[in-house]
Amino acid sequence: MLVIFLLIFVSLTLATVFLCCFFWAVKAGQFEDTCTPSMRILSEEEPISTNQTPERNT
Amino acid sequence: MDSVLDKRLPEPGLTRAVAGLSRVLGGGSDTVEHAAACYHCGEPCRETQLVEDQKSFCCQGCLFVHDLLKENGMEQFYGLSRHPGVKVKAPKRGNDWAYLDDPEIQNRLLDFSDGRTNRITFHVPGIHCVACVWLLENLFRLLPGIGKSEVNFPRRELSVRYEAQGIRLSQLVGLLVSIGYEPELNYARLDKPPARATHKRAWLQIGVAGFAFGNIMLFSLPAYLGMDKFSGPAFKTLFGYLGLVLAAPVLIYSAADYWRAAGLALRSRILTLEVPIALGLFALYSRSLFEVIWGRGEGYADSLAGLVFLLLCGRAFQQVTHERLAFDRDYKSFFPLSIKRLEERGERNVALSSLEVGDRVVVRNGELIPADSRLVSGCGLIDYSFVTGESEPVEKNPGDYLYAGGQQIGSRIEIQTVKPVSQSYLTSLWNHDAFAKKKREDLNTLTNRYSRRFTKIVIGIAITSALFWMLRGDASRGFKAFTSVLIVACPCALALAAPFALGTAQRALGKKQVYLKNIFVLERLAEVNAIVFDKTGTLTCSQGLEVRFEPGRFGQQCLSTDERAWVCALAAQSTHPHSRQIATALSNPTKAPAEIRDFAEVPGGGLKGRIAGHLVQLGSRTWLERLGIHVDPHQLSQGSTSFVAIDGKPRGAFVFSNALRPQTEEAFADLGGRYELSLLSGDNERERSRFLALFGKGARLHFNQGPLEKLAFIQKLQEGGKRVMMVGDGLNDSGALRQSDVGVAVVERTGVFSPASDIILEAGNVARLEQILRFARSSTRVVRASFGISALYNAAGISIAAAGILSPLICAVLMPLSSLTVLLFGCGMTTWAAKRAGLTPATPS
Repeated sequence: MLVIFLLIFVSLTLATVFLCCFFWAVKAGQFEDTCTPSMRILSEEEPISTNQTPERNT
Repeated sequence: MDSVLDKRLPEPGLTRAVAGLSRVLGGGSDTVEHAAACYHCGEPCRETQLVEDQKSFCCQGCLFVHDLLKENGMEQFYGLSRHPGVKVKAPKRGNDWAYLDDPEIQNRLLDFSDGRTNRITFHVPGIHCVACVWLLENLFRLLPGIGKSEVNFPRRELSVRYEAQGIRLSQLVGLLVSIGYEPELNYARLDKPPARATHKRAWLQIGVAGFAFGNIMLFSLPAYLGMDKFSGPAFKTLFGYLGLVLAAPVLIYSAADYWRAAGLALRSRILTLEVPIALGLFALYSRSLFEVIWGRGEGYADSLAGLVFLLLCGRAFQQVTHERLAFDRDYKSFFPLSIKRLEERGERNVALSSLEVGDRVVVRNGELIPADSRLVSGCGLIDYSFVTGESEPVEKNPGDYLYAGGQQIGSRIEIQTVKPVSQSYLTSLWNHDAFAKKKREDLNTLTNRYSRRFTKIVIGIAITSALFWMLRGDASRGFKAFTSVLIVACPCALALAAPFALGTAQRALGKKQVYLKNIFVLERLAEVNAIVFDKTGTLTCSQGLEVRFEPGRFGQQCLSTDERAWVCALAAQSTHPHSRQIATALSNPTKAPAEIRDFAEVPGGGLKGRIAGHLVQLGSRTWLERLGIHVDPHQLSQGSTSFVAIDGKPRGAFVFSNALRPQTEEAFADLGGRYELSLLSGDNERERSRFLALFGKGARLHFNQGPLEKLAFIQKLQEGGKRVMMVGDGLNDSGALRQSDVGVAVVERTGVFSPASDIILEAGNVARLEQILRFARSSTRVVRASFGISALYNAAGISIAAAGILSPLICAVLMPLSSLTVLLFGCGMTTWAAKRAGLTPATPS
């Protein structure tokens, strides 16, 4: 039965990792504007400015 | 939320539609000779045929942008959508933006600066399509020194980073203007914008609650399915503790707003809905603690997390934001950021904030008078229609007093300011009490009124059942019953009723260009029983006088086709709005304009000229009579007129009247029965009889109303127990809009300035008011019915709980089930009501 304890531990850790990813995404501003990115992908070539990380110092 | 397909144009869409049609007829080629669509902006090319690479352009501005993009290898812009550009308005001179380089102003405009890099955010109303986004995000290719630029489409915002040493702010703005994306720079821009509600916290709270809900559910399911029978008590205890641990952040972080709101409500002694929610949450967690620690059960952690998760989802749903609209603008958004001050070295653009009393200011055609001033030189013709409601431009002579906010039409004038901007006649309206106090708080909502009774009943039942079991000597069952009642009565379904029903309603209205500030406006709309209208710009079109020719009596005849062409040619020579109106009304594209000799324009008088050998005169009665031509005096009473005489013989007059918006008559026929209607106009009484017919007998019509009188009128109606809706458009309605229960600002185009209000209404919808009000009533009825449904569930739950036999399983099923019912009922019924009211988005334009 020990394996169940282990599995619970693993599943919770994994879920926490996902939660952290979500936190990062929200903090990085990815949820601020959910409309423009969908328009951006319509232009065939990426803007040359390769710096794609969202701004953080807002 | 704007969809990507929402390509409504910043300019009136008709021209583009026409251009599109000609494109279709022309077999897809853009180089059709007649009315070819501009390759850049899609407007028909009229006068000069600018053709390059077999592409036509409507103006130099558009051609310039095309060449600029081509030079920089950015022609991809034109592949992203058809005619994606924005028509470039009259080019401004290079030094027009120089005032932006003033360090003090720059400090107030920049978001961020570290000496090397600056970042600034502009509101650019012209952004309208995918190509705009692409172009503005590739700005760095057009001007070295620009770094990353990013567009936020729903907000129509552009934020740009640029090298502080490399380029100046004036250069950046100049570039944007030259490619057609003029940023909105008005006086309000100097105030630091209030920190915009970011949704980050709300998202995180939902995330934490959802995370806990899902995980706890995984641990609870085995218990509900009877797993612990063969897996032993160790898991049960472990799962209980895990649930408690996972639910703790939900209780503390995700539900934080509910605790705060409940605390606030108790302190002000109002039983808002948050009070029973907080009680329920508290009961849930303490009961779970008790059960887990003493080994009595697995606790209610799953219900707690689920409850908070659902509540937060409801809250997110009700926050429909129309982000590109501002509902709280004051006069500062109406005034420009800069004015042209006359200094010793000539005109200079300076910030409005540095304008002082006694300064000389130059105002050109279409520009605003920034502060109350005196006309020094030039011929003033001031359009006050937006500011005071007067429909006719007013002529002013040197020495006359000019109120702030008027728009100069015609030639350049010089004025000298008499009062500072904030103390001017109109802007001082904002010092009134109505602006100081907050508008009727959101506390008195349907939900809170219902929950006041609800909370008292629930607490009553909880105490009674606890006492009942204690008196029978079963104290532990009494405690159980007490907490169970609080748990099961936690008004999750109740809390979701209004957000989902009214949120759906708000979305349905938004699709019809009726933008509500928040969902509570709908509740107030449903109670409206008196409607007050403004006239100019609200019931009548703000632009667009109707003009018709009326021959005088005594056998005078209508104008012949030739005569019409003569008058048209004469009127086309003048910039006076009346002349322009006549010229537009009479213009005939098939005839070449007639040649005029001996043309003369007498300011304040009229026009005269000799065409095809005939003397044509067009002007005021006094002017003609001074020349010895006697017109039919009967025609003077018809309002604003321009008289025509040909070869010294009076022929009749052009009569001007404001055109009512289409379908206004039908709309008033529907409104008349149910609501008390009034008209408050800043204009004179000339059209009283016309509006009396429209409003019906018994309606109150007041003319020559100032902004404070309008406000006072609304106040008086409210004191008489009326719920007042004010429909207006101008700055002079601001006080009344603020004071009324529901303030409706009418706009010709979304995105342009509108005074602070609860609803922003696209002008075509004024005729739909009855529909909108009816829909508001039916959606609040849906909310009431949802209350009924949640009450049924509560009654069932409470009877189980009062008996003291509530189990976590029942709780875990009952709560989501009731919430889901309310959610589906609310959304479904409101959608149906919208369809019935004819508000379904039938054909997206």
